[in-house]
Amino acid sequence: MKLVLARLAKPALFVLCLAPLGVMVFDALTGRLAAEPIKDLTHRTGTWGITFITATLALTPLRRVTGWNRLQSVRRMLGLFAFTYLTLHFLVYLVLDQFFDWHTIAKDITRRPYITVGFTGLMLMVPLAVTSTRGWVRRLGKRWVLLHALIYVTALAGIVHFTWSQKKDITRPTRYAAVLVVLMGARLVPRRALWRGGAREAVAPAQPVQARAATPLVRGAGTG
Amino acid sequence: MLIGRAADIPSSEITPERLYLGRRAFLAAAGMAAAAFALPGAARGLVTAASGRQASRSARDPAGHAATDDKLTPYEQVTTYNNYYEFGTGKDEPALHARAFRPRPWTVEVGGEVAHPARYDLDDILAHVTVQERVYRLRCVEAWSMVIPWMGFPLRQLIDRVQPTSQARFVEFTTLYAPDRMPGERSGVLAWPYVEGLRMDEATHPLTLLVTGLYGRALPNQNGAPLRLVVPWKYGFKGIKAIVRIRFVRTQPQNTWAISAPDEYGFYANVNPAVDHPRWSQARERRIGEFFRRPTLPFNGYADQVAQLYARMDLRRDF
Repeated sequence: MKLVLARLAKPALFVLCLAPLGVMVFDALTGRLAAEPIKDLTHRTGTWGITFITATLALTPLRRVTGWNRLQSVRRMLGLFAFTYLTLHFLVYLVLDQFFDWHTIAKDITRRPYITVGFTGLMLMVPLAVTSTRGWVRRLGKRWVLLHALIYVTALAGIVHFTWSQKKDITRPTRYAAVLVVLMGARLVPRRALWRGGAREAVAPAQPVQARAATPLVRGAGTG
Repeated sequence: MLIGRAADIPSSEITPERLYLGRRAFLAAAGMAAAAFALPGAARGLVTAASGRQASRSARDPAGHAATDDKLTPYEQVTTYNNYYEFGTGKDEPALHARAFRPRPWTVEVGGEVAHPARYDLDDILAHVTVQERVYRLRCVEAWSMVIPWMGFPLRQLIDRVQPTSQARFVEFTTLYAPDRMPGERSGVLAWPYVEGLRMDEATHPLTLLVTGLYGRALPNQNGAPLRLVVPWKYGFKGIKAIVRIRFVRTQPQNTWAISAPDEYGFYANVNPAVDHPRWSQARERRIGEFFRRPTLPFNGYADQVAQLYARMDLRRDF
């Protein structure tokens, strides 16, 4: 029974991660978006994107505090959902908002700092998504860890983009920034000092579940 | 209060309340129908369904200069999509948080360079003016726009009554400061109370309106009840809401958004597609209810009436 639940957990999480997209599609088709539907979709996809980045970065500290190593096995999925929502964010801008007005888009990306920063953050995610497969993790070895440290740059770019895009009230981006600062800070605390997970990591043999995808990630996160 | 409406508007042309209030059900149905098509098509159906009826009335006011052939923005969107930071920074917050606000009794203090400084009861002000309906485009500095049938009277009528002195060169307006009644004023997002200003010739221009209602009804709280300013050729933030003080002054008054970010918002704030906001283009706008952006017109399409006010000015500098 426990095994069945464990096997269901990941697919269930996958469906849960799709729910915001489902809600958006439903709202779009039934007239429940805000008065500026395109702006509403832009905001929602962007907010979910940064939320998923935050969730991805929360896994390592969370795992160390709880000692629940299985958390590591969903990190790739959350990271890819972050990439998915942020790609949608860009597509809403490209297709619905600007309708392939390349001239304006090029101008936006080069001349409007918040768009420059946001676009850069998204572009930095592309190699991460491409190399997220098991094969690439193996092939790149230690360099994979280095490469994927780019997620921190993307997170920072996301916060800056979010903050600069606000007309005046920066309460929401500030909240995300605060959470990210805590998550970054947690990485600086020496792992052996207090983390239960860290202690176990050192002695426990890797579980099969972790061994599949997560082992290199664990080390990588430790260095971040 | 006296409500005068031009006699040539047949009442049959005014949307019955139950129709425009029943819009959501209609929208839902339209959205479902649209869902039958491909997604981009559906999105398009969705937004065009929302755009309401055609306002083909050409002379809504005696002067006939304020009418527009644009489609009216539905009542629901006019009253649920608001920038009114005194009730929160979210567009939906004013409608939620202004519900309990009581706009009466209400007085307006008129002072400064004026022959008859006094605290006027709003009902007294309204007893001396003729409220009329004016359909104006509203262009927000955030690059969205609406078309709204306001009820109001030219500011000039009030100015004529209170008689500013020859020293008066500008008019300064102030919003109610009451953090207990306006929860947004408890935050530090802007410097409260909200203030705005106009040059005297702008204030006395026949298009400049003090508004007390919309869609033929009393002004909803979230739209600035009981008294707000509407200057259709300027960005929406010039339209100060819940006005409690009007002062005639010698020097250019400050205005809240220009205090908040002087490089992004100016005193004049004339709608100008040629001068971008530092962070976004002002060349085009999203009309609420339309899918594609449409070009923004100089002075929001009122250039014929107002451009001469700025004939010798550099509008890039005085944005």
